[in-house]
Amino acid sequence: MSSCRNAIAALLAAACVLPAAAQDRFPGIGRAATPAEVKAWDIDVRPDFKGLPTGSGSVDQGQDIWESKCASCHGVFGESNSVFNPLVGGTTKDDIKTGHVATLKRTDYPGRTTLMKVPTVSTLWDYINRAMPWNAPKSLKPDEVYAVTAYLLNLGDILPAGFTLSDKNIAEVQKLMPNRNGMTTQHAMWPGNEFGAGKVKPDTQAKACMSQCEVPQDVTSRLPAHADSAWGNLHDQNRLVGPQRGAVTVDAAKSGAAKPSAADPLAAAVALTQKNGCTACHGMTTKLVGPGFAEVAKKYAGQADYLAGKIVSGGEGVWGNVPMPAQTLSPDDAKAIAAWLAAGAKAP
Amino acid sequence: MTVPQFPDQASAVPHGRLRKAPEGFLDRAGIQTVFAEGRKGRRDFIRGAFAAALAGTAAAQAGAQANPVPAEGGDPNILNLPPWSTGLGQPVVTDGYGKPSKHESNVQRRPSPGLTQTTQASVSFAPLQSLFGIVTPSGLHFERHHQGWWDIDPSRHRFMINGLVKTPKVFTMDELMRLPSVSRFHFIECGANTGMEWGNVAVPTVQYSHGMLSCSEFTGVPLITLLEMAGADLKKGRFVLAEGADGSSMTRTIPIELVTSGQVLVAYGQNGEMLRPENGYPLRLVVPGVQGVSWVKYLRRVELGDEPWNTKDESVHYIDLMPDGQHRQYTSIQECKSVVTTPSGGQVLLDKGFYNISGLAWSGRGKIKRVDVSVDGGRNWRTARLETPVLDRCLTRFNIDWAWDGKPAIVQSRAMDETGFVQPNYRQLRAVRGSRSIYHNNAIQSWLVQESGEVKNVQLS
Repeated sequence: MSSCRNAIAALLAAACVLPAAAQDRFPGIGRAATPAEVKAWDIDVRPDFKGLPTGSGSVDQGQDIWESKCASCHGVFGESNSVFNPLVGGTTKDDIKTGHVATLKRTDYPGRTTLMKVPTVSTLWDYINRAMPWNAPKSLKPDEVYAVTAYLLNLGDILPAGFTLSDKNIAEVQKLMPNRNGMTTQHAMWPGNEFGAGKVKPDTQAKACMSQCEVPQDVTSRLPAHADSAWGNLHDQNRLVGPQRGAVTVDAAKSGAAKPSAADPLAAAVALTQKNGCTACHGMTTKLVGPGFAEVAKKYAGQADYLAGKIVSGGEGVWGNVPMPAQTLSPDDAKAIAAWLAAGAKAP
Repeated sequence: MTVPQFPDQASAVPHGRLRKAPEGFLDRAGIQTVFAEGRKGRRDFIRGAFAAALAGTAAAQAGAQANPVPAEGGDPNILNLPPWSTGLGQPVVTDGYGKPSKHESNVQRRPSPGLTQTTQASVSFAPLQSLFGIVTPSGLHFERHHQGWWDIDPSRHRFMINGLVKTPKVFTMDELMRLPSVSRFHFIECGANTGMEWGNVAVPTVQYSHGMLSCSEFTGVPLITLLEMAGADLKKGRFVLAEGADGSSMTRTIPIELVTSGQVLVAYGQNGEMLRPENGYPLRLVVPGVQGVSWVKYLRRVELGDEPWNTKDESVHYIDLMPDGQHRQYTSIQECKSVVTTPSGGQVLLDKGFYNISGLAWSGRGKIKRVDVSVDGGRNWRTARLETPVLDRCLTRFNIDWAWDGKPAIVQSRAMDETGFVQPNYRQLRAVRGSRSIYHNNAIQSWLVQESGEVKNVQLS
């Protein structure tokens, strides 16, 4: 009797366990995520706006944020190409009607802006929210992300001045995106079962001809000789033993002298400026977005403490109207960079 | 025959035949002119350069032999015993984590000048010209960062699964590394590899033309295992989103078919050690055959969903512009491709005679079936030897004998994968995609070996 009951119990237990086998195969590994944890990390926003937080922001609010946090890299009008590709330009009122950016058909148009390409407003919202500003990602609040998105679309003449973008009207704004109809998935390069998969063959259908093949014979493109040195001395980019050497493209004496040693304090300071992202906006000698290091060094010779403070706090107005955002580097790095600047910002 | 407008300057080879060094200088305006001309399609401006090279006067061929018998009865390297044959060497553990020979310091990954304005949203290229076999040493693996790299404390790294699952789950690195692991060799190639060359030649060497390519043995847990542990709804869930923990928090949509087949790995190991920080330490996604951007580094989360996400790197970047102004979206597979790495651009052959032409072939659709090599610009081809192992969606090394007669030669390789796909030449590729795609350039590469022995990156049309 009892053995019978045990057998039934075992069967019942097995019935419960079987469907859940995958979950229970690895006892002690992993745990359930809490709702707060999922909320903290699940920040993605889809084209159907699944995942979009409620909120709103106006073009005007966006402009204020833009000028303090975005313009230093992207330019006041989103037009700058000095740090990243331009965000704005190349779209027309007609594109807003058709959903196709006509400029994309032109082979003479220099480059492609973000607004020429992006088909979905959700993409802008998601990306600004997760990755911007570049040196302080995820620091914007949802309302600020709405505002910056609104301002960016206003720069592209997609939204009027005075517009307030919100979770309520963003689906309507989607219908204005200039390149919303500009994408195709009819190709053979998606590895899943969706889109053109299985229906579209690879677009190149080359044959493996083995002899007397009809192929182009003229060399019609190569680098000019004076471009050889643009990549440095190719001799130093090849192994010194083996079937060939690198071509000498830069005078060996000059290139040898320019190599900074690891122990060089000047090289260490320059490395800190690279590590902390300073070189995104400052050239060694010349102005990029902000002044060149040499220009700063000249103006503030010997003023290491002042410079260390300015690096951390940021500033505006001294070198033009593009503000420098406050920086989040370590105090030691700020001091070291300031000392190097105050001592003349010499190249290693 | 037309006279080339940019005649080559002779380059010096420090060992072997000595030739006059060029007066190299950087002329930005000149470079820009060439790029601009190329973009305008005016590639005819250097048409006939190869013909002119053929017609050019022969360079001095009577240079030093690589291994002559010296006058004094023998090679001093043999006759006079060197210190390493006559002294005591260094002790064990001189270096707790050994480094390459000091004579190998030229083998470095490098950025391409002018390609990016910042060093955090940038790329460094693997030195393919100096690598053997199929494995990329981890320290030479190409880098692509969008917002800088981090060396993350593994004790603070977490991995989350959420979305269309019964129970969203959180894993520590300890837990992930307790699970059954698999180890597989796969190539990873950036979708923009060779992207600068769509319109015209833009870079001098294989490092810059093809160096956003690496191959490693990756160790980790199949993603499907972790999804099943969370009770994934694999009927409704058709796509997964992978997301990084770094500032850029890269996100890419991946089809569920790659996941359920067990191909996609949540990896922590690379070539016998942990992932390098520049490659996503302590956790990255491995998506065999798919472009590198989908191999999300610093992987913190995978979400299962029923729609694709249209993320920034699926709708602003990594979209392929076609001649009709439409962009191809969700192009992910790296199609069959190959390149000769030795000899290759920017190198100088030491002399006439025997060479082992060697290169790499790969396909995002499976194994490499065959590689053919031409030394006459694609007129005639011979089938190369494939070295083992030949693995699924992995680099395959090919070799073929070549006795160089000292005359100009154009070396090409053409790969075929197990689906029968044949790597196209530039004419075939541009005929369907134009030259503004940026991404997924898998055209046949041409290296012009000049009479001087110097090798140039060229395109034929």
